[in-house]
Amino acid sequence: MEEKASVKVTSSKEVRRPRERRRYNRREALAGYLFISPWIVGFLVFMLGAMAYSLVISFSRYSLATNVVKPAGTANYQLLFQDPKVAASLANTLFYAVMAVPLEVCVALGLALLLNRVGRGAGFFRTVYYLPKMTPSVATAAVFLLLLNGNTGAINQALAFFGISGPQWLIDPAWVKPSIVLMTLWGVSGTMVIFLAALKSVPRELYEVASLDGAGPVRKFFSITVPMISGAIFFNVIVLTIAALQVFDQAYLLFWRDQTSASPEASLFYGIYLFQQAFREFNFGFASAMAWVLFVLILLISLVQVRIGNRFVYYEGEKR
Amino acid sequence: MATADTHATDGSPVPAGASPTAEQGPASVAPRRRVRPPRTAAARIALGVVLTVISAAFLYPLAWLVAASLKPRGEVFDNVLIPRTFSPQNYVEVWDQLPLVNWVTNSFLIAVLAATLVTFSSSMVAFGFAYFRFPGRSFLFGLVLATMMLPGAVTMVPQYLIWKNLGVLGTWIPLFGMNLFGSAFYIFLQRQFFLGLPRELFEAARIDGASYFGLFRRIALPLSIPSLVVIFIFEFQASWNNLQSALIYLNAGSVQGFTAPLGIAYAMTKYSPTNGGQGDYQYVMVATLLITLPMLILFAFGQRHFIEGVATEGRKG
Repeated sequence: MEEKASVKVTSSKEVRRPRERRRYNRREALAGYLFISPWIVGFLVFMLGAMAYSLVISFSRYSLATNVVKPAGTANYQLLFQDPKVAASLANTLFYAVMAVPLEVCVALGLALLLNRVGRGAGFFRTVYYLPKMTPSVATAAVFLLLLNGNTGAINQALAFFGISGPQWLIDPAWVKPSIVLMTLWGVSGTMVIFLAALKSVPRELYEVASLDGAGPVRKFFSITVPMISGAIFFNVIVLTIAALQVFDQAYLLFWRDQTSASPEASLFYGIYLFQQAFREFNFGFASAMAWVLFVLILLISLVQVRIGNRFVYYEGEKR
Repeated sequence: MATADTHATDGSPVPAGASPTAEQGPASVAPRRRVRPPRTAAARIALGVVLTVISAAFLYPLAWLVAASLKPRGEVFDNVLIPRTFSPQNYVEVWDQLPLVNWVTNSFLIAVLAATLVTFSSSMVAFGFAYFRFPGRSFLFGLVLATMMLPGAVTMVPQYLIWKNLGVLGTWIPLFGMNLFGSAFYIFLQRQFFLGLPRELFEAARIDGASYFGLFRRIALPLSIPSLVVIFIFEFQASWNNLQSALIYLNAGSVQGFTAPLGIAYAMTKYSPTNGGQGDYQYVMVATLLITLPMLILFAFGQRHFIEGVATEGRKG
């Protein structure tokens, strides 16, 4: 039945060709909407609807048992600004992001530059470097929990070999965040692969011309490589920042999985506290308010990054 | 040079087997553009040494995991890669210690469901964006891309409440239900692929009387199997590793109902001495290794897809 109908449309399409350029074919448009309808439903319900719902709840007192939402004005937001744990977790998270993001970018770029120099065997090394990225975060946490052990862990034993007495990584509040940074760096290869792809697209002639002009490797790196891959740097900074502000898995597994034992406050990240408020205390109003604060914060940070980025990022299209 | 160049030339995540014009992926790059390897032998050797040392650093935790899984209780924390006492019985005892079969089965079924659903829904939506012309198309596609920036933390609570109000808490539905509606990055990937298919192919099928859905099912899908595989394995990995959703939706249930990541988290606590455990971390190590292996195997088969998929992610920005 459907087939017959579509034949008719095709034939009428042939006749009315010129008009179609100006107007949308109604049948085709309808089919297009039908095809994208799953996404539209998902967007309306689970994105837009969810965000609206969460905004409402953030201004309400929500009781899980009775499923009743009572308006509460700005009470949740007031509580949030008074709660020292919110401020502490936010400070921890920002501190972590400021430490993790530049390190990740630098290490990933360094590895990509090295791999880009190798001819034969690049594939092998890339595979090896990528393995940590395939390791589930629980596995990473389970392994690093023991590797980072202050007394018997492999990392401190390696440091001892060089005569350095390593810190109590998972206990000393000053070293809690560096521990998580270390775990994140182990899985840095995703970022590295993005850089590697960007490096491959830099035209080699540029380097040849620069060599003729007598530019050394450092000069070439800052005058050719960095500008040419600035798009990738920019992308990675934004994505890694958003991820760092939501850091959860490693911190949860190392410090907060066990509700009975105390953990250093230095490991209380924003995502952890939000999760605890939502799914341990069932303070959905408070948690939603926290989520909105995070959302606005991420939005602001991304906007600042985009503004700064626009000044430095070179896009291939600009040539035209 | 050979290895890397192969990847540079067909660097798009979607192998361009479908047609010669399908090389639409932004990755196609002429091989001559690559940076030359160092000229002198000394420099080449130095580079090799540096890369090997770095490899060791990346591999050490995994090698240590294998070693630790073979050590008896008291020696798990040892910093030796070859166990002083081999304890292969860990691999026998672990099945009695932890409901590993349940966890792996749950994770596997959820991952297959999640990956199958998202592959189908995303490619359907992508076909809608790639083939049809309709008002608001570019605006809506912009929205798709914009949702990639939406932090998961924001929608975590309301999504939980939506599933609660639908009465499906305690089932697996919240763990893969979202996948019915397509996922932004996969829609983006798949749309790129569809745009690379020659339009004449579809026009010809239309003249032969194929319906719109027929175009999708009989032409677009069969031709894009390579990129569907990419989406499937990406989502399989994401689902297999997903801890947070399992914590939200399964933690209150029975231990047998846990997924693998949640199970490992549970085991880490169970054996912790602060929790009255005996410090039997060797079982945690065996379990951890067993749930990591499927990912490493998946990677062995789909290595190129993973790496090129991630590289594509970097180009959308």
